[in-house]
Amino acid sequence: MVPATAYLALSAVLFTLGAAGVLVRRNALIIFMSVELMLNSVNLAFVTFARQHLSIDGQVIVFFVLVIAAVEVVVGLALIVDIFRSRETVDIDDVDLLRG
Amino acid sequence: MEWAVFLPAAALAVAGGIGVVAARQPVHSAIALLIVLASLAVTYLVLAAQFVAVLQVIIYAGAIVVLFLFVIMLLNVRSGEGPAVKLPRQAVAAAAVAAGYLAALLVAALGAARPFPAVPQGFGTAQAVGAALLAGYLLPFELAAVIMLVGIVAAVLLGRRPPAGGEGR
Repeated sequence: MVPATAYLALSAVLFTLGAAGVLVRRNALIIFMSVELMLNSVNLAFVTFARQHLSIDGQVIVFFVLVIAAVEVVVGLALIVDIFRSRETVDIDDVDLLRG
Repeated sequence: MEWAVFLPAAALAVAGGIGVVAARQPVHSAIALLIVLASLAVTYLVLAAQFVAVLQVIIYAGAIVVLFLFVIMLLNVRSGEGPAVKLPRQAVAAAAVAAGYLAALLVAALGAARPFPAVPQGFGTAQAVGAALLAGYLLPFELAAVIMLVGIVAAVLLGRRPPAGGEGR
Protein backbone atom coordinates (compact mmCIF):
# COMPACT_ATOMS: atom_id res chain seq x y z
CA MET A 1 0.00 0.00 0.00
CA VAL A 2 1.35 3.40 -0.97
CA PRO A 3 1.81 5.54 2.16
CA ALA A 4 0.54 9.09 2.53
CA THR A 5 4.12 10.37 2.44
CA ALA A 6 4.47 9.36 -1.22
CA TYR A 7 1.39 11.36 -2.25
CA LEU A 8 2.38 14.35 -0.15
CA ALA A 9 5.91 14.30 -1.56
CA LEU A 10 4.48 14.25 -5.10
CA SER A 11 2.21 17.13 -4.15
CA ALA A 12 5.14 19.14 -2.75
CA VAL A 13 7.25 18.53 -5.86
CA LEU A 14 4.43 19.65 -8.17
CA PHE A 15 3.74 22.74 -6.07
CA THR A 16 7.42 23.70 -6.16
CA LEU A 17 7.51 23.26 -9.93
CA GLY A 18 4.45 25.48 -10.29
CA ALA A 19 5.86 28.17 -8.00
CA ALA A 20 9.16 28.13 -9.88
CA GLY A 21 7.27 28.45 -13.15
CA VAL A 22 5.34 31.49 -11.92
CA LEU A 23 8.56 33.16 -10.77
CA VAL A 24 10.83 32.30 -13.69
CA ARG A 25 8.69 32.32 -16.84
CA ARG A 26 7.61 35.56 -18.53
CA ASN A 27 4.92 34.27 -20.87
CA ALA A 28 1.61 35.08 -19.19
CA LEU A 29 -0.02 31.90 -20.56
CA ILE A 30 2.69 29.66 -19.13
CA ILE A 31 2.48 31.50 -15.80
CA PHE A 32 -1.23 30.71 -15.79
CA MET A 33 -0.56 27.04 -16.46
CA SER A 34 1.93 27.02 -13.58
CA VAL A 35 -0.79 28.40 -11.32
CA GLU A 36 -3.01 25.52 -12.43
CA LEU A 37 -0.16 23.16 -11.55
CA MET A 38 -0.04 24.56 -8.02
CA LEU A 39 -3.82 24.30 -7.62
CA ASN A 40 -3.64 20.67 -8.70
CA SER A 41 -0.87 19.82 -6.27
CA VAL A 42 -2.97 21.29 -3.46
CA ASN A 43 -5.93 19.21 -4.67
CA LEU A 44 -3.78 16.11 -4.42
CA ALA A 45 -2.88 17.02 -0.84
CA PHE A 46 -6.57 17.55 -0.02
CA VAL A 47 -7.53 14.17 -1.47
CA THR A 48 -4.66 12.49 0.39
CA PHE A 49 -5.75 13.96 3.71
CA ALA A 50 -9.38 13.08 2.97
CA ARG A 51 -8.21 9.48 2.54
CA GLN A 52 -6.04 9.64 5.65
CA HIS A 53 -8.79 10.97 7.93
CA LEU A 54 -11.60 9.21 6.02
CA SER A 55 -13.32 12.58 5.89
CA ILE A 56 -15.29 13.47 2.77
CA ASP A 57 -14.77 17.20 3.45
CA GLY A 58 -11.39 17.14 1.73
CA GLN A 59 -12.99 15.93 -1.48
CA VAL A 60 -15.77 18.53 -1.23
CA ILE A 61 -13.12 21.24 -0.98
CA VAL A 62 -11.43 19.86 -4.09
CA PHE A 63 -14.77 20.37 -5.84
CA PHE A 64 -14.77 24.05 -4.82
CA VAL A 65 -11.15 24.47 -5.88
CA LEU A 66 -12.11 23.06 -9.30
CA VAL A 67 -14.99 25.54 -9.63
CA ILE A 68 -12.85 28.51 -8.62
CA ALA A 69 -10.02 27.38 -10.90
CA ALA A 70 -12.40 27.20 -13.85
CA VAL A 71 -13.72 30.72 -13.19
CA GLU A 72 -10.20 32.03 -12.63
CA VAL A 73 -9.02 30.60 -15.94
CA VAL A 74 -11.98 32.07 -17.82
CA VAL A 75 -11.46 35.57 -16.42
CA GLY A 76 -7.66 35.40 -16.60
CA LEU A 77 -7.59 34.24 -20.21
CA ALA A 78 -10.09 36.98 -21.13
CA LEU A 79 -7.73 39.50 -19.54
CA ILE A 80 -4.75 38.06 -21.43
CA VAL A 81 -6.67 38.22 -24.72
CA ASP A 82 -7.59 41.84 -23.95
CA ILE A 83 -3.97 42.74 -23.15
CA PHE A 84 -2.82 41.02 -26.33
CA ARG A 85 -5.31 43.02 -28.40
CA SER A 86 -4.04 46.34 -27.13
CA ARG A 87 -0.32 45.59 -26.77
CA GLU A 88 0.38 42.69 -29.15
CA THR A 89 2.28 40.76 -26.50
CA VAL A 90 1.76 38.30 -23.66
CA ASP A 91 5.23 38.86 -22.20
CA ILE A 92 4.67 40.20 -18.70
CA ASP A 93 7.89 42.23 -18.85
CA ASP A 94 6.33 44.32 -21.61
CA VAL A 95 3.15 45.02 -19.63
CA ASP A 96 4.60 47.65 -17.31
CA LEU A 97 2.07 50.46 -17.55
CA LEU A 98 1.88 50.77 -13.76
CA ARG A 99 5.65 51.01 -13.30
CA GLY A 100 6.50 54.33 -11.71
CA MET B 1 -0.16 -3.52 -6.42
CA GLU B 2 -0.94 0.12 -5.67
CA TRP B 3 2.71 1.00 -6.27
CA ALA B 4 2.44 -0.37 -9.81
CA VAL B 5 -0.28 2.23 -10.48
CA PHE B 6 1.15 5.06 -8.39
CA LEU B 7 4.78 5.03 -9.55
CA PRO B 8 4.12 5.48 -13.31
CA ALA B 9 1.45 8.10 -12.56
CA ALA B 10 3.78 10.02 -10.24
CA ALA B 11 6.66 9.83 -12.71
CA LEU B 12 4.40 11.09 -15.51
CA ALA B 13 3.07 13.88 -13.29
CA VAL B 14 6.56 15.12 -12.37
CA ALA B 15 7.74 14.86 -15.99
CA GLY B 16 4.67 16.76 -17.12
CA GLY B 17 5.22 19.39 -14.45
CA ILE B 18 8.77 19.93 -15.65
CA GLY B 19 7.37 20.13 -19.17
CA VAL B 20 4.86 22.84 -18.19
CA VAL B 21 7.57 25.00 -16.67
CA ALA B 22 10.36 24.32 -19.16
CA ALA B 23 8.61 24.16 -22.55
CA ARG B 24 9.50 26.85 -25.05
CA GLN B 25 6.12 26.89 -26.79
CA PRO B 26 2.90 27.50 -24.83
CA VAL B 27 1.25 24.65 -26.78
CA HIS B 28 3.78 22.18 -25.42
CA SER B 29 3.13 23.51 -21.92
CA ALA B 30 -0.60 22.92 -22.39
CA ILE B 31 -0.03 19.32 -23.52
CA ALA B 32 2.31 18.73 -20.57
CA LEU B 33 -0.37 20.17 -18.26
CA LEU B 34 -2.84 17.69 -19.76
CA ILE B 35 -0.44 14.83 -18.89
CA VAL B 36 -0.16 16.08 -15.30
CA LEU B 37 -3.94 16.32 -14.94
CA ALA B 38 -4.50 12.83 -16.33
CA SER B 39 -1.89 11.23 -14.07
CA LEU B 40 -3.29 13.06 -11.04
CA ALA B 41 -6.72 11.68 -11.90
CA VAL B 42 -5.17 8.20 -11.72
CA THR B 43 -3.74 8.92 -8.27
CA TYR B 44 -7.17 10.16 -7.14
CA LEU B 45 -8.60 6.78 -8.14
CA VAL B 46 -5.99 5.00 -6.02
CA LEU B 47 -6.90 7.35 -3.15
CA ALA B 48 -10.56 6.25 -3.25
CA ALA B 49 -11.75 9.55 -4.73
CA GLN B 50 -13.51 8.34 -7.84
CA PHE B 51 -15.90 11.30 -8.14
CA VAL B 52 -13.02 13.79 -7.88
CA ALA B 53 -11.10 11.80 -10.51
CA VAL B 54 -14.03 12.04 -12.92
CA LEU B 55 -14.39 15.77 -12.21
CA GLN B 56 -10.68 16.21 -12.82
CA VAL B 57 -10.93 14.65 -16.27
CA ILE B 58 -14.16 16.43 -17.25
CA ILE B 59 -13.47 19.91 -15.90
CA TYR B 60 -9.69 20.24 -16.00
CA ALA B 61 -8.73 18.12 -18.98
CA GLY B 62 -11.99 18.64 -20.83
CA ALA B 63 -12.68 22.31 -20.26
CA ILE B 64 -9.72 24.21 -18.85
CA VAL B 65 -6.97 22.79 -21.04
CA VAL B 66 -9.18 23.15 -24.12
CA LEU B 67 -9.72 26.79 -23.16
CA PHE B 68 -5.95 27.26 -22.87
CA LEU B 69 -5.44 25.67 -26.29
CA PHE B 70 -8.12 27.90 -27.83
CA VAL B 71 -6.49 31.04 -26.46
CA ILE B 72 -3.01 29.91 -27.54
CA MET B 73 -4.29 29.36 -31.07
CA LEU B 74 -6.30 32.58 -31.01
CA LEU B 75 -3.36 34.72 -29.96
CA ASN B 76 -0.89 32.99 -32.29
CA VAL B 77 1.94 34.18 -30.07
CA ARG B 78 5.36 34.27 -31.67
CA SER B 79 7.29 31.30 -30.40
CA GLY B 80 9.65 31.57 -27.50
CA GLU B 81 10.50 34.41 -25.19
CA GLY B 82 13.13 37.04 -25.75
CA PRO B 83 16.61 35.96 -24.76
CA ALA B 84 16.93 38.79 -22.26
CA VAL B 85 17.29 37.43 -18.75
CA LYS B 86 17.25 40.59 -16.73
CA LEU B 87 18.90 39.16 -13.64
CA PRO B 88 22.35 37.58 -13.76
CA ARG B 89 22.52 33.91 -12.73
CA GLN B 90 18.72 33.81 -12.52
CA ALA B 91 18.59 30.06 -13.18
CA VAL B 92 20.97 29.27 -10.31
CA ALA B 93 19.09 31.51 -7.90
CA ALA B 94 15.76 30.03 -8.98
CA ALA B 95 17.02 26.47 -8.48
CA ALA B 96 18.39 27.30 -5.02
CA VAL B 97 15.18 29.02 -3.89
CA ALA B 98 13.08 26.17 -5.29
CA ALA B 99 15.18 23.55 -3.47
CA GLY B 100 14.85 25.37 -0.16
CA TYR B 101 11.13 25.82 -0.71
CA LEU B 102 10.69 22.14 -1.54
CA ALA B 103 12.57 21.16 1.62
CA ALA B 104 10.32 23.38 3.77
CA LEU B 105 7.18 22.00 2.09
CA LEU B 106 8.33 18.41 2.55
CA VAL B 107 9.03 18.93 6.25
CA ALA B 108 5.60 20.50 6.74
CA ALA B 109 3.63 17.98 4.66
CA LEU B 110 5.38 14.76 5.65
CA GLY B 111 5.05 15.64 9.33
CA ALA B 112 1.28 15.39 8.95
CA ALA B 113 1.31 11.99 7.21
CA ARG B 114 -0.28 9.07 9.07
CA PRO B 115 -0.94 5.49 7.98
CA PHE B 116 -4.08 5.09 5.87
CA PRO B 117 -7.05 3.35 7.54
CA ALA B 118 -9.13 0.88 5.53
CA VAL B 119 -11.64 2.51 3.19
CA PRO B 120 -15.30 1.99 4.12
CA GLN B 121 -17.71 0.99 1.38
CA GLY B 122 -18.93 3.91 -0.73
CA PHE B 123 -16.26 6.45 0.31
CA GLY B 124 -15.62 9.05 -2.35
CA THR B 125 -18.46 8.11 -4.66
CA ALA B 126 -20.59 10.77 -6.31
CA GLN B 127 -23.30 9.92 -3.82
CA ALA B 128 -21.07 10.51 -0.78
CA VAL B 129 -19.60 13.76 -2.12
CA GLY B 130 -23.01 15.01 -3.26
CA ALA B 131 -24.60 14.28 0.10
CA ALA B 132 -21.87 16.20 1.93
CA LEU B 133 -22.05 19.03 -0.62
CA LEU B 134 -25.79 19.56 -0.29
CA ALA B 135 -25.95 19.04 3.46
CA GLY B 136 -23.04 20.80 5.15
CA TYR B 137 -21.80 22.91 2.25
CA LEU B 138 -25.04 24.24 0.79
CA LEU B 139 -24.19 27.94 1.17
CA PRO B 140 -20.69 27.67 -0.40
CA PHE B 141 -22.27 25.56 -3.15
CA GLU B 142 -24.78 28.30 -3.99
CA LEU B 143 -22.05 30.97 -3.75
CA ALA B 144 -19.97 28.96 -6.22
CA ALA B 145 -22.85 29.23 -8.68
CA VAL B 146 -22.91 33.01 -8.21
CA ILE B 147 -19.13 33.18 -8.72
CA MET B 148 -19.48 31.20 -11.94
CA LEU B 149 -22.15 33.60 -13.20
CA VAL B 150 -19.93 36.58 -12.36
CA GLY B 151 -17.04 34.89 -14.19
CA ILE B 152 -19.15 34.33 -17.30
CA VAL B 153 -20.35 37.95 -17.32
CA ALA B 154 -16.78 39.21 -16.81
CA ALA B 155 -15.46 37.04 -19.64
CA VAL B 156 -18.17 38.24 -22.03
CA LEU B 157 -17.51 41.86 -21.08
CA LEU B 158 -13.73 41.55 -21.40
CA GLY B 159 -13.88 39.58 -24.62
CA ARG B 160 -16.19 42.07 -26.34
CA ARG B 161 -14.62 44.16 -29.05
CA PRO B 162 -15.00 47.87 -28.30
CA PRO B 163 -17.69 49.32 -30.58
CA ALA B 164 -16.23 51.31 -33.45
CA GLY B 165 -16.26 55.00 -32.55
CA GLY B 166 -18.13 54.26 -29.34
CA GLU B 167 -17.16 55.16 -25.85
CA GLY B 168 -15.41 51.80 -25.31
CA ARG B 169 -16.19 50.16 -22.06
